[in-house]
Amino acid sequence: MAMKLFAGIDVGASATKCMVISEKKEEVGFGVAKTGIDLAGGARKVFDDALSAVGGASVARIVSTGFGRKNVPFADASKTEISCQSKGCHFYFPKAIVIVDIGGQDTKVIRTDAYGKLTGFKMNRKCAAGTGTFLEEISRRLDVSLDEMNSLATRSAKDVEIGAFCTVFTGTEILARIREGVSREDLAKGVYKSVVKRAMEMDTLVGDVVLTGGVVAHNKILFDMFSEILERKVLIPPEPQFTGAFGAALYALKEPEQPRSG
Amino acid sequence: MTETGQRKEIRAAAELKQLLTDYYHELDSAHESGQKVAWCTSVGPAEVLRAFGFRVYFPENHAAMIGVQKAGEKYIPVANAAGYSPEICSYLTSDVGAYIQRWTPLDKTYGVKSIPKPDVLAYNTNQCRDVKEWFSYYSREFNAPLVGINSPKYIDEVENMYVDDVAAQIERVVRQLEEITESKLDESRLEITVRLSLEATRLWKEILETAANAPSPLTFFDGTVHMAPIVVLRGDQRAVDYYQLLLEEMRERIAACVGAVDGEKHRLYWEGMPIWGKLRALSEQFAELRTCVVASTYCNSWIFDDMKESDPVRSMALAYTELFINRSELAKERYIAEMVKRFKVDGVIFHDSKTCPHNSNVRYGMPGRIKLNCRIPTLIINADLNDLRLYSEEQTKTNIEAFVEQMEGA
Repeated sequence: MAMKLFAGIDVGASATKCMVISEKKEEVGFGVAKTGIDLAGGARKVFDDALSAVGGASVARIVSTGFGRKNVPFADASKTEISCQSKGCHFYFPKAIVIVDIGGQDTKVIRTDAYGKLTGFKMNRKCAAGTGTFLEEISRRLDVSLDEMNSLATRSAKDVEIGAFCTVFTGTEILARIREGVSREDLAKGVYKSVVKRAMEMDTLVGDVVLTGGVVAHNKILFDMFSEILERKVLIPPEPQFTGAFGAALYALKEPEQPRSG
Repeated sequence: MTETGQRKEIRAAAELKQLLTDYYHELDSAHESGQKVAWCTSVGPAEVLRAFGFRVYFPENHAAMIGVQKAGEKYIPVANAAGYSPEICSYLTSDVGAYIQRWTPLDKTYGVKSIPKPDVLAYNTNQCRDVKEWFSYYSREFNAPLVGINSPKYIDEVENMYVDDVAAQIERVVRQLEEITESKLDESRLEITVRLSLEATRLWKEILETAANAPSPLTFFDGTVHMAPIVVLRGDQRAVDYYQLLLEEMRERIAACVGAVDGEKHRLYWEGMPIWGKLRALSEQFAELRTCVVASTYCNSWIFDDMKESDPVRSMALAYTELFINRSELAKERYIAEMVKRFKVDGVIFHDSKTCPHNSNVRYGMPGRIKLNCRIPTLIINADLNDLRLYSEEQTKTNIEAFVEQMEGA
């Protein structure tokens, strides 16, 4: 008999992710692609990619999440990324946790109790400072790729304060610092530190802090910085970019629901 | 039954439309018919103005209509260019910008081409200082006298010294109006006006309190529409008549167990200003989520049940000073906690309205304290009353949906 599978599709602002799991909650396939204009097509592509590794299995149920969750016509239901991150992270860290999810266009602080129940959340205001988009913009100012910026920052030995209350003004601030002769390494580190500070302004990060989201997945320096500032090790799930999709897959497995329209 | 996600229309709405059409046409033709026009802030001394025989116009109602018609983005920048900051009240900036461009939402809604010229403007700063600056602009523009009350602010308990102060200021406004109109105040007319205000306000309170029923017969979004008479026709018999009709309809709904939201599963309280340009969209999203926003501080703000026909000036002073927006953080917190209980809500949504700090009660830790003390979840929405450039549709939708998921035990 073919294995019964469950899928979660996270249509994020920057990337679309799919995670397919078994009834035992084990990952059996995944897919990821840059989010383009065709949200439904992108979702289909990552879903097909995730299934390509699994021969002859049927997907019993699909739950979509992320900002494009309502644009996945083949999904059975949708859940917000807030609930899905909560569920996905709590699976790996089954205790009361505070999740800091840094995504392409927003940062969220999500609280989950010891039983995995969502107890509160906050999202950044209508401003991209401190998000993935912010880092992309600043990497252009520093004339490095986003991938290089992380390693550049790790080579810095000096603390530089960057305001980061506004992406555009931070770009201007960077130019002023370059003129002053501050090194790119130090500027890169300052930029990451501003991302951490921005998240810490959103809520009090007491207790066990879990870092997740695509920005965390691609910028490991954030793990070190959060741990240093909070003076304790923060937690990171195995695949931080996929915890939303994984949480959605867990919802797909958990309960049959009527799909929501609209 | 309506389909999920649709607004359930209130039958009395047709009556309301006619009432407001008449009201604006009367203002439009006031000068032709030999009457004078006074502009008044929404919780300003309207009863006194009516007792002097003025037709009373409320710029805040006009500004809210600009918001509803989503014209803020067009006219706010016009006021900004004229020196009024994008950081100040977007009622003020959208209204002044529309005036500079000689545009009014009254045309589309009521067929009235322009706002009525003021013969006098009367404010009360119990809401904020912006209303005074707003009225000062028009006072200069129309060369019309400006009178007003500078209310004591951030009050814990409404002590006599505050009421004495405001009562003395109302007396001063009366003297100023006597000079302006060259007539004496007809005290019996003031008593009648105060009585009519009280009758209307009591009915409005009864209507809002029908929402304590489950399912609730009305939503906050209905309230923002049907509150118009208590704002613009306070002290007028027609407001009393209208609210009797509306109350009857709400009672019918309760008797027939008809909820404003089909299959009401969750009940919320809305704290802060409405987002005028998004009333319909938000109302539909909540209905789709089977969630009824049953009550709000905003709609409750026109309940003035301390008015007394036998002591009009002092009772007006009390009613206009004990207003929620005029109170301390402590008094506001107590009030919200009481509303949470009275309306049996499962959560509170706080609107942090960027350009309305006085009516955004999230900036001194209130949502956290309500969450802790009332043991219910709270959510903050960052937006604005009229400036939709400060509103993120996707973020707000996700926040609301996640909040409902949280209440459902996600």
